[in-house]
Amino acid sequence: MKTLYAKLWLAAAICLAAMSATAQDDDLLSLLGEEETTTYTTASFKTNRVINFHSLESTAAGVFDMKISHRFGMLNQGAYDLFGLDNATIRIGGDYGITNWLTVGVGRSSFQKTYDGFIKVKLLRQSSGQRNMPITLALLSTGAIQTMRWADPDRDNFFSSRLYYAHQMIVGRKFSDKLTLQISPTVVHRNLVKTTAEANDVWGIGAAGRLRLNRRIAINGEYMYVLPNQLASEYYNSLSIGFDIETGGHVFQLHFTNSTSMIEKGFIAETTGNWLDGDIHFGFNVSRVFTVKKHR
Amino acid sequence: MKKACLMLALLPLLSVSLQAQKYFTRDGHVSFFSDTPMEKIEAHNHKASSVLDVATSRIEFAVLIQAFQFEKALMQEHFNENYMESDKYPKATFKGQIVDPSAVNFSRSGSYNVQVKGQLTIHGVTKEVTAPAVIKVQGGQVSATSTFNVAVADYNISVPALVRDNIARNVRIDVAISYQPMNN
Repeated sequence: MKTLYAKLWLAAAICLAAMSATAQDDDLLSLLGEEETTTYTTASFKTNRVINFHSLESTAAGVFDMKISHRFGMLNQGAYDLFGLDNATIRIGGDYGITNWLTVGVGRSSFQKTYDGFIKVKLLRQSSGQRNMPITLALLSTGAIQTMRWADPDRDNFFSSRLYYAHQMIVGRKFSDKLTLQISPTVVHRNLVKTTAEANDVWGIGAAGRLRLNRRIAINGEYMYVLPNQLASEYYNSLSIGFDIETGGHVFQLHFTNSTSMIEKGFIAETTGNWLDGDIHFGFNVSRVFTVKKHR
Repeated sequence: MKKACLMLALLPLLSVSLQAQKYFTRDGHVSFFSDTPMEKIEAHNHKASSVLDVATSRIEFAVLIQAFQFEKALMQEHFNENYMESDKYPKATFKGQIVDPSAVNFSRSGSYNVQVKGQLTIHGVTKEVTAPAVIKVQGGQVSATSTFNVAVADYNISVPALVRDNIARNVRIDVAISYQPMNN
């Protein structure tokens, strides 16, 4: 009987020793095991526009983003017009994030007195970890109403002739802290075109990217390739290069572009400037965000 | 022999009570406050992990930086991208010890004031910190709270001149944990 007790106490002692041995684990947190989480990629672009293009970014839920954009005249207007600074077209607009994946926006451009609106839906979000998604994918639909007086008031004019649409898919990836690239196949529909030689549906494919130079400044570029035989020869592909400068709640975008219009139907199908001739606008977008609905 | 059987039956119980000497959480609350005349900034994280080992008085925390929620989305983006660089430094951790473990009796309900001392790692920089904490034991439930200050400059977090007046030099950190007993 006594030996049995002794054996039992020995067993208990071994148990205790084993317990205290596990208690000496070097890393206590490792006891919890690796809990795999999903990390969503953020800040692929500083704002939801590259320059004229929509970027893959959405406006955050409950945030209103006021956009004031200018395009001065063309650099080749010479010193008399201070290289275009005497002339300017403007777009004033606002975007709002209904949810983190649904953004809507409206704007009004002085160029061709055009009102525009858009809806942008983010379908895929780039992420790593538990849920691994290499790209971000968004769909954009825009509409525009041109409100200039009819060129020929005597003929039959229809309201529908003022309407334009553009639909775009944006596929992009933030490759690194520094580099983000996206491509955007696009179709622009015009209800009325000038001549029968021009297509009502204009197809194009855009490419855009940003290179972050430091915490506050990034270089952006974008180019829209319009498929051949759709537009008259006076039209050129839109090419823009610029800088994003971020200061707290503002993003300043300074750039050079051959497009006068700042909305899809315009810069894709109505760009008359040619970089090689110096038809280059200096311009800027100012974005200021206001948190309308606070979230926890 | 009957007694021996009783002892055998009690052995598993004994080991269970030993295991209960470790406590953990995966949903601890860590928040911080930056208070300046220009702007008040606060962010909350409800996904802090922590393990408390009663036997050795050791205590550890890990906090995912991206899980801090701000009122303003842009602030949250700047916090991750510009200040904390959460891509490079995804976690903040603390590994330390209760300095005066004799001050706490984990088997008796009560509220115990202790000092916790250890290595705090934020933004890839590790510093020795000591913070006061309160450990509460109530009906076998263990919870802990702590409030301490962290100097932003200590952790190699640079604040640009433009917003220097908006971000406090010392940020207050509040920790509130409800522990669960750990069963391996």
